[in-house]
Amino acid sequence: MAHGRVVKGVSFVGLRDVGDPVELATHYSDGGADELVLLDIAATPDDSSTMLEVVAMVADAITIPFTVGGGVRSVRDAAAIIEAGADRVSLNSAALATPSLITEIANRFGSQAVVVAIDAGDGVVHTHGGRRPTDVQTIPWAREAGDRGAGEILLTSIRQDGQRTGFDLELTAAVRDVLTIPVIASGGAGSAQHVAEALRVTEAALIASIVHENPTGLPGLRREIESFGIALRPWKERA
Amino acid sequence: MTSVVVVDYGAGNTRSVRSALRRLSYESVLTSEPTAIRDAEIVVLPGVGSARSAMNHLTSTGAVTAIRERFSAQKPIVGICLGMQLALDRSEEDGGVEGLGLIPGAVRRLPGGRVPRLGWQLVTPVNEAFYFAHSYFAETPCATGFSDEVSAIVESGSFIGVQFHPEKSGDAGLRLLEQCLTRA
Repeated sequence: MAHGRVVKGVSFVGLRDVGDPVELATHYSDGGADELVLLDIAATPDDSSTMLEVVAMVADAITIPFTVGGGVRSVRDAAAIIEAGADRVSLNSAALATPSLITEIANRFGSQAVVVAIDAGDGVVHTHGGRRPTDVQTIPWAREAGDRGAGEILLTSIRQDGQRTGFDLELTAAVRDVLTIPVIASGGAGSAQHVAEALRVTEAALIASIVHENPTGLPGLRREIESFGIALRPWKERA
Repeated sequence: MTSVVVVDYGAGNTRSVRSALRRLSYESVLTSEPTAIRDAEIVVLPGVGSARSAMNHLTSTGAVTAIRERFSAQKPIVGICLGMQLALDRSEEDGGVEGLGLIPGAVRRLPGGRVPRLGWQLVTPVNEAFYFAHSYFAETPCATGFSDEVSAIVESGSFIGVQFHPEKSGDAGLRLLEQCLTRA
């Protein structure tokens, strides 16, 4: 998301508007998504009230869990998002800058409320929407985030993001192997087969482009994923 | 319209619970006020946060006594996730916390698998999937529903509690929440 709208880019750049967040969230909730992630990639302090309004509207519109990230820099920011109706907050550069923030939020809301998002490329963590490499190694950082109380890792491959050529399965497996918390694979989903491949490696896979282009196509995508032998939760399309 | 009191213990997402209640045509009030908790037609103990901070908050507002009085008077109480776990005698979360003692048993850390346990899981004998997000579970003889080996539904007297989040479990969750609310 950026400035209250849903946007999508390729490798984190070239953003274009793909719709209204509440409308899309409702489509996905009704269409069989297991959970949603709303990331404000243009978050500035000026935007935080816009984001909180969107969070509250989404919370009232859907009946599945959702995570909100972008611009969470303090326990107070996290509390405002959770009180507005989100289930989890996602921390990215703020967790790198202040790792104790992970523990502070987990102590107040429980580990299940804290996702640490890692934008990974060439073995290191990137910040600033994937544009700036740091000297922090991806795998040790994922392990540290788990040790500090993160309940889940949202692992995005910068190289694969928006390419629709499949997830980075090697990266996903490598991170998952060193952790005892769940890992969400992100970046690269272009087909049901890609999602099925990711779900053989880890617990959860994030999709964006493929549903944003066809918001009503989710029930069909679910059936297709199941046709690859992946057991999704029992779900019935509304009559 | 039946009035529901959602107990406010100063942490977490009460908005989604109240939104689900609204979908089911229940009006709700968010409060920690003991008289309101004792006298409400239905009380919901929502569930996000940590056991210690929740119990500290409930004790300081006088809500603990009000909830116990309600339970003795057999007035309906619905617990969700942490709200269910608080009903037991004690929890090993946060180094050990005394619970409300409505339900015999203890809350223990999940023994294996990826913890927190996040995601949709099938619950028997309901035979529907619901959304779970927890690191601890209720070890109690009062479990009436299970997900894998984990207690998912707990019932005793006028109390019914669920480990999962019915307010986050789509249409199946709303149906189950309605059953909990009308159980008494």
